[in-house]
Amino acid sequence: MAVLIVNGTREEFDVDPSTPLLWVLREKLALTGTKFGCGISQCGACTVHVDGNPIRSCSTPFSAVEGKEVTTIEGLAPSSEELHPLQAAWIEHQVPQCGYCQSGQLMSAAALLASNPNPDDAAIDSAMRGNICRCGMYGRIRQAIKTSAAYYEVASTSELTDTAQEVSGE
Amino acid sequence: MNKWTRRAFLSTGVIAGTGLVVGISIRPGNRAQGLQELMADEGETLVHAYVKIGADNVVTAIIPHSEMGQGIQTSLAQMLADELDADWDLVRAEEAPALDEYANYAVGKGFLMPGAEFPDIVVPSVDGALMKIADVLNVQITGGSGSIRFTGELGSRIAGAATKQLLVQAAAEEWQVPESEIETEKSHLIHRASSRNEPYAAFATAAATMTPSYTPELKQRDQFKIMGQQVQRFDIPAKVDGTAQFALDVRLPGMLYATITRSPVFGGSLVGVKDEAARAISGVIDVYELPPMESNDMVGAFASAESVAVLAEGYWPAIQGLKALEIEWDGGSNQSVSSDKIFAQFDADISAAQDRGTDSLVGDADDVFSSAANIISADYRVPYLAHSCMEPLNATAEVKDGRCEIWIGCQNPLGFRQAVADALGIDAENVTLHNQFMGGGFGRKATADYAIQTALVAERAGRPVQLIWSREEDIRQDFYRPAVQSRFRAALDNDGNPIAWENTYVDKHEPIEAPLIPYAIPAQNIGYVASPTHVPFGAWRSVDHSQHGFFTESFIDEVAVAAGKDPYAYRASLLSNHPRHLAVLKKAADEAQWDRPLTQGRGRGISLQESFGTLVAQVVEVTVIDGDMSVDRVVAVIDAGFAISPDGIIAQVESAIIYGLTAALHGEITIENGAVAQSNFHDYEAVRMDTAPKIETHIINSGHAIGGAGEPGTPGIAPALANAVFDATGVRVRNLPLNQFNLRFGAEEAGTAG
Repeated sequence: MAVLIVNGTREEFDVDPSTPLLWVLREKLALTGTKFGCGISQCGACTVHVDGNPIRSCSTPFSAVEGKEVTTIEGLAPSSEELHPLQAAWIEHQVPQCGYCQSGQLMSAAALLASNPNPDDAAIDSAMRGNICRCGMYGRIRQAIKTSAAYYEVASTSELTDTAQEVSGE
Repeated sequence: MNKWTRRAFLSTGVIAGTGLVVGISIRPGNRAQGLQELMADEGETLVHAYVKIGADNVVTAIIPHSEMGQGIQTSLAQMLADELDADWDLVRAEEAPALDEYANYAVGKGFLMPGAEFPDIVVPSVDGALMKIADVLNVQITGGSGSIRFTGELGSRIAGAATKQLLVQAAAEEWQVPESEIETEKSHLIHRASSRNEPYAAFATAAATMTPSYTPELKQRDQFKIMGQQVQRFDIPAKVDGTAQFALDVRLPGMLYATITRSPVFGGSLVGVKDEAARAISGVIDVYELPPMESNDMVGAFASAESVAVLAEGYWPAIQGLKALEIEWDGGSNQSVSSDKIFAQFDADISAAQDRGTDSLVGDADDVFSSAANIISADYRVPYLAHSCMEPLNATAEVKDGRCEIWIGCQNPLGFRQAVADALGIDAENVTLHNQFMGGGFGRKATADYAIQTALVAERAGRPVQLIWSREEDIRQDFYRPAVQSRFRAALDNDGNPIAWENTYVDKHEPIEAPLIPYAIPAQNIGYVASPTHVPFGAWRSVDHSQHGFFTESFIDEVAVAAGKDPYAYRASLLSNHPRHLAVLKKAADEAQWDRPLTQGRGRGISLQESFGTLVAQVVEVTVIDGDMSVDRVVAVIDAGFAISPDGIIAQVESAIIYGLTAALHGEITIENGAVAQSNFHDYEAVRMDTAPKIETHIINSGHAIGGAGEPGTPGIAPALANAVFDATGVRVRNLPLNQFNLRFGAEEAGTAG
């Protein structure tokens, strides 16, 4: 029995280990938010996180990720009641058109912000150039990432403030 | 057949202003009563075929169009809700099912051409023109940038206004007061004199028994409350958390998967298949040979060759199986066709000018050219293009007991239903089609080949099957934007004014006005010759405007340069009879600060194109350093008459520009040995985040009839870009894609064909 931790849940199933992670997620686990776009790591529609790093699941054999922690678009939001800041910004900027590439875009953007909470244009270019949007919503994606980054900054600042107050309160 | 297809599909592009009308099949009597059971859930009343009202006072707008990214469910709901005086916070939208009652289509020139076969059923329409009943033609098309300007203007708004009338009538009867004393506001009926204030829901049942008007009074633009307002799209929340359901996401109990391939040489035939190795792969269940297929449907007619499918327990074994097949195809005489040969054929056919048809004949151009001192000439070429929607073609079907159920994302649900029924030899009533969100459409998903393949595979499998095309199949088995060559001559007088314009290009498609120019040139001869190839073609975002926009707006730039004039000022001087065009052009130039000097290596180009009833002007700024070009900025101005959904229009313009920019920079499908040479995004590239320009879009609400929004942004980007490259480098780009050329300053002219 193969094992995978997906969005925090341990999953067990039978699978040919050469099967790309994409098809395991979509067909074995019915997690269809992750999309098939090209099959050769060219478009980014299949992007998910493995142990926190963005990977192209269409070209990653299951054998390479067995037992690891995978996060998909279904697990991006912190809970079922709240959105990830990027998702909120995606709505605020009305980013998606057809929407098909957006799971991959969001997962790439989330990985970017996790490692670089305040990315400049060059960092956004570099992190996002692997994700094609045929509806061409690049400008909105860029703006939404920046909005989220600002949110991150505010959040981390307020965290710091809270901590400082706690410290001084002691 | 192909030609007719495009004509029918695209007729929406040519009818604005001709007095012909596009409509919804609104028939006498209230169809809602018959549909109530089908359409309304518990607690809902179908008051009008397009309007449901729930016990909770939620209004659901029923939208007879497919969602492929354009946000149409929201925009049409705005139109309906505004006329209904609905409370926008309590408005929802729902895509109409693939039922005859929800047919929509354009009654355009295409349908009314002499010799065309169509049922002679017409009903009086709102403005006394003709509406035809669409369902007999199986048309439920989303295309031609027509949803808002036709369905919205002549369907959704009427449905909203008519429903409001019924509710007022029902309340007046109940309250025993004159209808004129009843006001409507935020989904409530109000009679101030008697202090009555009731939600629409209270009168929905009564209203549903009445017959709606086809000629209700519609609001004037200054009365709009929801149209023209910024609203959030209904479909976006589901598109940020992975829950939006595309066809590829359909999951049925016991479902199998399949993938498929057709003859790489279009029209080739299947000689034989060796499938032992494929069948030996774990998970592969079966290998099917499928016959050639075709559809004669008025929209999306096509013919395609045999195909071979592999049925498996998953996509992965299916595609492994497909790769393991040894398939022998016979490409026939088409095996020797290449892009070079195709363009040589175009060149020869233009030169021969045999049976040349004309689009426009003004003055005597031949006479002017025979005596003109200053004549410039140029040939332009563009290649075939694939659509490359993000979601590869796919569908899921189950066929049993003489019935078929199919889940698919398509631009013409009724047409697809009929095509599937025909392929299975059953009546359309026995096919249920569930249309899903499309991961892009761009014209490709109006052709039902992938639906038929899925149905045939599912029929043979005897179980539900999801058929998924590989990206390679998607690129290689498209119905392509046609390659075109266009040959120009222009004559100038001593002051540099253009006095004659001649253009001959290969293959006339639609919209028929695409090669026409708005400029005041006293002698014009615009025409075409036929030069058919074996490459299947179809509608591609903005269709023939995508080629002719590049040609005419680049060549007028050449003429301006030859005259020693500024390209913007030159265009403007030729638009004195077109004030609406001039205003759009001028605003683009102003917003882009056209006269602001640019530094060395930078350039600026402009274009103006009317398409689908809408005007778009664009100014592009580029930087070219050592031959490397970047597109820095695009300023776009759109006049679609009135922007129903302003941010929606802006998003469509941004999208159309990037789609056109991808084509201008990278897009090229080449034919080698009769087949497509490209296969995936590595050799059929797209503009990405790092190469996408900053786009600034400005809207002009000129008050003219509403035009389309999805396509008009596409045609003008390539010429504005090429003109900017010329401005920066002196290199005139006459062939696309642009990335094939050396753009070093002063380099040899690029793409001088013929």
